[in-house]
Amino acid sequence: MLGSSVPDHALIRARGLVKRFGEFTAVDGIDFELGRGEAFGFLGPNGAGKSSTMRMIGCVSPPTAGELTILGMDPVADGSAIRARLGVVPQEDTLDVELTVRENLLVYGRYFGLARSVIAERAARLLEFVQLSERATDQVEPLSGGLKRRLTIARSLINDPEILLLDEPTTGLDPQARHAVWDRLFRLKQQGVTLVLTTHYMDEAEQLCDRLVVMDAGKIAAEGSPRTLIERYSTPEVLELRFDPDEHEQAAEKLADVPAQRQEVLADRVLLYVTDGDAALATVRGLGLQPRTSLVRRSTLEDVFLRLTGRRLED
Amino acid sequence: MSADAAAPGGNGRGAGGPGAGGLAGPGPGWSMALREFRFWLTDYRRTWRGSIYSGVLNPVLFLGALGLGLGSLVNHHGSARLGGVSYLVFLAPGLLAATAMQTAMGESTFPVFGSVKWNKTYQAAVASPLRPRDVFHGHLLFVTFRLTMNCTLFLAVAAILGGIRSGWALLALPVAVLTGLAFATPLEAWAVTRSRETSFSLIFRFGMIPLFLFSGIFYPVGQLPAWLQPVAYATPLWHGVALCRDLTLGSAQPGSALLHVAYLAAVAVAGLAAGQRSYRRRLYV
Repeated sequence: MLGSSVPDHALIRARGLVKRFGEFTAVDGIDFELGRGEAFGFLGPNGAGKSSTMRMIGCVSPPTAGELTILGMDPVADGSAIRARLGVVPQEDTLDVELTVRENLLVYGRYFGLARSVIAERAARLLEFVQLSERATDQVEPLSGGLKRRLTIARSLINDPEILLLDEPTTGLDPQARHAVWDRLFRLKQQGVTLVLTTHYMDEAEQLCDRLVVMDAGKIAAEGSPRTLIERYSTPEVLELRFDPDEHEQAAEKLADVPAQRQEVLADRVLLYVTDGDAALATVRGLGLQPRTSLVRRSTLEDVFLRLTGRRLED
Repeated sequence: MSADAAAPGGNGRGAGGPGAGGLAGPGPGWSMALREFRFWLTDYRRTWRGSIYSGVLNPVLFLGALGLGLGSLVNHHGSARLGGVSYLVFLAPGLLAATAMQTAMGESTFPVFGSVKWNKTYQAAVASPLRPRDVFHGHLLFVTFRLTMNCTLFLAVAAILGGIRSGWALLALPVAVLTGLAFATPLEAWAVTRSRETSFSLIFRFGMIPLFLFSGIFYPVGQLPAWLQPVAYATPLWHGVALCRDLTLGSAQPGSALLHVAYLAAVAVAGLAAGQRSYRRRLYV
């Protein structure tokens, strides 16, 4: 009605957001907004500016320039009031490892001014939720990385937050622990909790995010749902070919004759972006090439990233 | 959805909003600092027994070995230069102030550094409604609590051993706590900016030990070489020692007492201002 292009339900809105540390520009003028109930991701390699952005949203890092509004408030002037309504899972655990699992929740609940009875009731519920009830009275120090992460997630929910910020929630975890964390986050998403996460794992972004931005060198390279990004920037299928190291270059040259939308020559593989992978493989064989291994797969966000930046996500 | 119902989040928020869960808005500054203070108290529950033992043992050892043991030699040669009192009575107030300094240095260096570098509990706190200054003030409240505890134990031991001569000694408690705070506020302000822990051993070696030896605890500052005396007068510890001694001997004069208190308070307040700034710069990056 006011003619604004911004939906009034926007929980977080950034316009030309910049963060500089001295000469270094970590975040270089980004725009985004997200609404209630969304699962929104920042996908990019290390150093892309994801964590700096998250810290600005978390109101612990004043923006250098640009606009940032969170829950309709200014993070610099109203940081305390905003943080009362956020849950934060930082990149590095900030648990008090000398306290017990339950004490960590107790201490954190008090930071939010919650009554003891409220904390006790929520702590029990949250430990159940992250499947740590049996460890409630254990000291945190000896817990595995995966259990600590789950405790951090439980702790971030103690104030029943409207927005949950997750900075690389599964970095450093083994596959089993990652899946356990994803499962919990997926349940939160199903319940309508607004999730904002950063990740450099494309499978994490694909699993959890309704919408994401691809970040590189402090800028947003693309925005959309995982599916639309893949449709826009990649092909339905990818043919991955591995050759003997001494044949790698020659083969790559010959492959130029295969009709493909795009070809990426990586250090160890050649990727052909095509509509029909099996048909392309037949053409490759028809040219007399003998790849040691071949794989036909669907396009992923990794391919989108490669296309947009010329580099891989995880290195 | 049994397990799911156990989860927090979207469910139930409609019924009453955040307030229904007892979520208070960010309160006034002191109430936020109290939240951090309570964190430190929870943390302290693991180690309080040990700290009581050392809080009692420390004065027993020092007052016993030096006040009574070495004191028997000193007293033998007359105590005119000590103001005509026994060495134990002379020493006790000095060590009281030193206890405050040592407690402050212990609580304001590694615990601060650890909170920002190792455990990162400071960072956890500022992700909640707490602001850097609340974290700082809350930690100082805890240091004040520890100072009060250690100085009370010291005074009790000193009184039992016969080192206290006047009822004014009760006022030496707040003075000793203030002496400790004159060390705690600037030290915390500085400790939060450190990136390596080696800085602290330097402070202990070249700060605490010389102060301990040359601030009039073991002998009157008048015994120092003339050029060193003004240095002693400039340190907060000497002011704490001098005023504590005036009080436990019952010889305090309002004018000089006020001067000592004003000096200690000025240092503590300067440290407070510095810390509000340095905590903010460190925790809001």
